[in-house]
Amino acid sequence: MNAENSPKRRKNISYAKWGYLFIAPFFISFIIFSLFPLLSTIYYSFFKYYRQGLKIIGPTFIGFENFSNLFRTDLLNYLGNTLIMWIIGFIPQITVALLLAAWFTNQRLHLRGQGFFKTVIYMPNLIMASAFAMLFFALFSDNGPVNGSLQALGILSQPFRFLASVTGTRGLICFMNFLMWFGNTTILLMAAIMGVDPGLYEAAEIDGATSNQMFWRITIPLIRPIMAYVLITSLIGGLQMFDVPQILTNGAGNPDRSATTMIMYLNNHMYSKNYGMAGAVSTVLFLICAILCFLVYFIMSGSNDSVKKERKGGVHK
Amino acid sequence: MTKHAKSGKGKLVTARAVSYFVLAILCFLCLFFFYMLLINSSRNNFQIQQGFSFLPGKSFAVNFNNMLKDANLPVVSGIRNSFIVSALSAILATYFSAMTAYGIFAYNFKFKRAAFIIILLIMTMPTQVSAVGFVNQMQAMGLRNSLIPLFLPTISSPVVFFFMKQYLDSNMPMEIVEAARIDGSSELHTFNFIVLPIMKPAIAVQAIFTFVTAWNNFFIPALLLDKADKKTLPILIAQLRSADFLKFDMGQVYMLITIAIIPIIIVYLILSKYIVRGVALGGVKG
Repeated sequence: MNAENSPKRRKNISYAKWGYLFIAPFFISFIIFSLFPLLSTIYYSFFKYYRQGLKIIGPTFIGFENFSNLFRTDLLNYLGNTLIMWIIGFIPQITVALLLAAWFTNQRLHLRGQGFFKTVIYMPNLIMASAFAMLFFALFSDNGPVNGSLQALGILSQPFRFLASVTGTRGLICFMNFLMWFGNTTILLMAAIMGVDPGLYEAAEIDGATSNQMFWRITIPLIRPIMAYVLITSLIGGLQMFDVPQILTNGAGNPDRSATTMIMYLNNHMYSKNYGMAGAVSTVLFLICAILCFLVYFIMSGSNDSVKKERKGGVHK
Repeated sequence: MTKHAKSGKGKLVTARAVSYFVLAILCFLCLFFFYMLLINSSRNNFQIQQGFSFLPGKSFAVNFNNMLKDANLPVVSGIRNSFIVSALSAILATYFSAMTAYGIFAYNFKFKRAAFIIILLIMTMPTQVSAVGFVNQMQAMGLRNSLIPLFLPTISSPVVFFFMKQYLDSNMPMEIVEAARIDGSSELHTFNFIVLPIMKPAIAVQAIFTFVTAWNNFFIPALLLDKADKKTLPILIAQLRSADFLKFDMGQVYMLITIAIIPIIIVYLILSKYIVRGVALGGVKG
């Protein structure tokens, strides 16, 4: 009754309903396809639940036994593999990306053909990782064209078996990850550098600062939030590493399972229908990722606030 | 003074030369493997065994036909399945993310802030962590070997949502919505016919990203699809890898990889300007 008399109040009430309706599909789909599955995954992790031949064992509640099993056996190895392969790919990725972003945004250097370069370096990011890995497998196999050419040129006397050596296999995986991601990182860092107030550089130039000084004293400190964002999202991406090592090593992670990643380990448990162990691996991954997601959230909401403040102040760009 | 300027100029020329040189090497690395792929897909098995060549062979059509005819590799249905999943993912993800973003952008309601925070928190959570429950649940729902679980969940795509929300924040004047209300347009009608057209650039960019992600998706499809006529392209590639490799006609192997990669590259080259711009907008604004 009252609501109808006051037009302002009525407006608020009738429109709030639309807000809920508009966000409903997102949350319904999220609950059905992500939340329930996540909760049941965590639930399975406390049960002995697997298939042996045609017989299904369990589900029997066993508390934390799956987890203690995991930490006693291979989990830490595979987590280690994953992190090593991530970091070896990430270091050159961030270095090259920073270098390119600094060059592209350097007014004095004034590089031409930037559109072309950006297009080319971003391209590997869009291609199918499994197809890319298959391509590398074909090219670097024992009697593939890489070995063939190296022998024809007299560099090697017999084929180098890339996929039989730990360094060769991990090296190829890291190299592919580097190729697929450095362009993406370059573009993100460029956007960050271009967001730095040009007045700062002008002032520094008047004070006689060199390009190098400006890069280390102005650019780097100011793009630190986006560098942190790149680092953490790349780590989350690294933890999901699967397609490339899976296809390259045909799921075995050889030699000596030195290329088996966390998700490949999870995948193996799922194929052997050991839902208890698969659930435990997932739960560990979930906990690690949850911490990382919180970090991303704080970076994002921090920078969002600053965007809002900027707009209020009228520096709107 | 002139001497100083000269040496500064000399330094600049050197710096420029170094940067072009490094860029040239990186571009070579990015392009070389795809060039080899294209070349090898046009050569026959014997030629490929000989090693690298920079000139294409004459067997492109032969390889293509052999691949289509291969009874062990359902390539035609693979392309069709991959396309269906990717196209529907792109449509659902962009439409419903735009809708969610508009819901949070345009209306005031009690749980608005909570909803926004939840979406931001789950944004970077990998889908793999819930795969065990997801696969079991799909099996229980009778959706194993169905394409539905591959595209329907894209209705909730937090990353696409975040991009749309940012786009609305900087491009959407509420005055237009209020004018439409006065004209008697319903809220849903306003969204479909006034807001969506304004969001077209954001939708186009995100549609491409979602399409590509779904096209390349391997982990979940490989767990759900084991019937030959339901498989998508990445699964066929994995199948190729696990087959006895040496018995394979390498021309066909390269051809299948070409089919999986090249359509995306062609679309990318046509739209690269918008895509690169979209990547730059996707991250946090520093």
